[in-house]
Amino acid sequence: MPRYNGFLVYKLVWENLKHRPVRTLLSSLAIGLGVTMMLTLVGVGEGMLRDQEARTRGVGADIIIRPSGSSAIGITPPNINEKLVAWAMEQPHVAQATGVVIYPLGGVSTVHGVDFEALTKMSDGFTFLEGRPFQVGAQEAVIDEYYAKEKKLHTGSIVKMLNRDWRVAGVFRGGKLTRMMLPKTLLQDVTANTGKVSVIYVKLDSPARTAEVIAHLKQTLTDYPIYSMDELASQFSVNSIPELKTFIGVVMTLSVLFGFLVVFLAMYTAILERTREIGILKALGAGQGYVLGILLRETVLLAVIGSLMGIGMSYATRWLIATFIPASMTQAIVYHWWPIASAITLGGALLGVMYPAIKAARQDALESLSYD
Amino acid sequence: MTEPIIGIRDLRKTFRSGEVDVHALRGVDLAVERGEFLAVVGPSGSGKSTLFHILGGLTPPTSGTVLIDGQDLMKMSDSDRTRLRKTSVGFVFQKYNLLPTLTVGDNIEIARDIAHRKGPFDQQFREVLDVLGIANKLDRKPRQLSGGEQQRVAIARSIVNHPAILLADEPTGNLDTENSTAVLDLLRDLNRRLGQTILMITHNPEAAAFADRIVHMRDGQLHAS
Repeated sequence: MPRYNGFLVYKLVWENLKHRPVRTLLSSLAIGLGVTMMLTLVGVGEGMLRDQEARTRGVGADIIIRPSGSSAIGITPPNINEKLVAWAMEQPHVAQATGVVIYPLGGVSTVHGVDFEALTKMSDGFTFLEGRPFQVGAQEAVIDEYYAKEKKLHTGSIVKMLNRDWRVAGVFRGGKLTRMMLPKTLLQDVTANTGKVSVIYVKLDSPARTAEVIAHLKQTLTDYPIYSMDELASQFSVNSIPELKTFIGVVMTLSVLFGFLVVFLAMYTAILERTREIGILKALGAGQGYVLGILLRETVLLAVIGSLMGIGMSYATRWLIATFIPASMTQAIVYHWWPIASAITLGGALLGVMYPAIKAARQDALESLSYD
Repeated sequence: MTEPIIGIRDLRKTFRSGEVDVHALRGVDLAVERGEFLAVVGPSGSGKSTLFHILGGLTPPTSGTVLIDGQDLMKMSDSDRTRLRKTSVGFVFQKYNLLPTLTVGDNIEIARDIAHRKGPFDQQFREVLDVLGIANKLDRKPRQLSGGEQQRVAIARSIVNHPAILLADEPTGNLDTENSTAVLDLLRDLNRRLGQTILMITHNPEAAAFADRIVHMRDGQLHAS
């Protein structure tokens, strides 16, 4: 008896997809790869920024002073005179200040030189999972748990860096400042930056006075970008990194192209295979719009399945990153990008189905019925 | 005297095959009364399939007059002929032409869906399903049915929208003798029970014998028997 009035076309579409499960699976998977590419890229961008933000906040400072001419979140060469740290300490409402040396190791990797005692005090202490802090003057390093996991390092391991061997003194719980720290003075000497730091972290006796203190500091340090931690946190966004935005744009374009090609090929072959069925529908009185509607619905369904698979696969890439390169990358699950990535993929898929669908809709009923 | 449901005068159809004109129909005249069961018999290449395709609105005539239930095919556009197939003509093909991914019930339903008919099957059609012996097979896929059963599904689908005419093209061409007889009996039964006009194309004189009237086709022209 009639059961699906209004839903029969959807049932036909679903049955068609079920009829060729391998093709449906492969097409959806290929469509989903575009979604995964977008979600992984944006997720890594956001994840790394959030991770960096969390580690910066983990320092426990209220204000950060950066070198003149530097951007808010870029890697900063050590060119602030270290005497400014002592000067900052003497300013009203400043409870503590510490200078940190940031030295690039290549790519986005950096090593930080810190006054561990001062940093510990400012950040309410480090938790060591194994070992201990480095000793001042010793050629030792402390690393966080993620770096240790990725590089398979433990207390006593040797890390080669800056043409020297550094002994791992301890592994601390992540979430504070950086993944690897060296004694500040040693790093300054090794990198010929004696007496210079990259940033100065300032902790106040009352965070409520942050704006007031920043205004005071700016009176003297007129050329230095000085941020509250909230201001700095607002800079940790994809929008503040033009290169990342461009790269995301490239991946989005590739995803559209990918979806277009996959759906074009899948639907083109599907329509060839179903020529006779299209002829049957036309013999029954189906017009071009009816046939077009079936194929568009099929494409939308493929894109929806593909998007769900793509979202699922983005969890897989997050697991892979967290398992194998937890220190180098962090991937966030970017829920707000799910509809964006799905819509972009759907757009590509709809572009891909247009030619085969119009061709099918225009097929001559008699020729289609004669097709074997 | 009522108007014939199919009225054909001097119907001609010429195909272009390569650089040669093929005259498939060479002046066909035919009148089919409402409720008549007519068999068109002829050998391969006689033009009977071309006549079937023109009456079904699957291809346009070259010249002549073709009236189906008062509608002039010569004046019809592609979309008019699509509407004709949707509302006025039901097809039964030699190869059944069921959609393999749909169940029997859905194969019948889709003809209604295309014709924008909603709601449950009417009582008369339920009885037809019983007569055809497929009322309890609506949830099966075509591949689970025998050839004879598939052709009975195709017959049910062809009349679900109450078309003015049912066109059957070699409906027993793929069936054994027992199933052929059953299908032809059913067509005759539907013709008598519902008053359904049926035009059946066949090359088999035994199949044609089930019809009320037989016309012969040879070299693109009809000859009364």
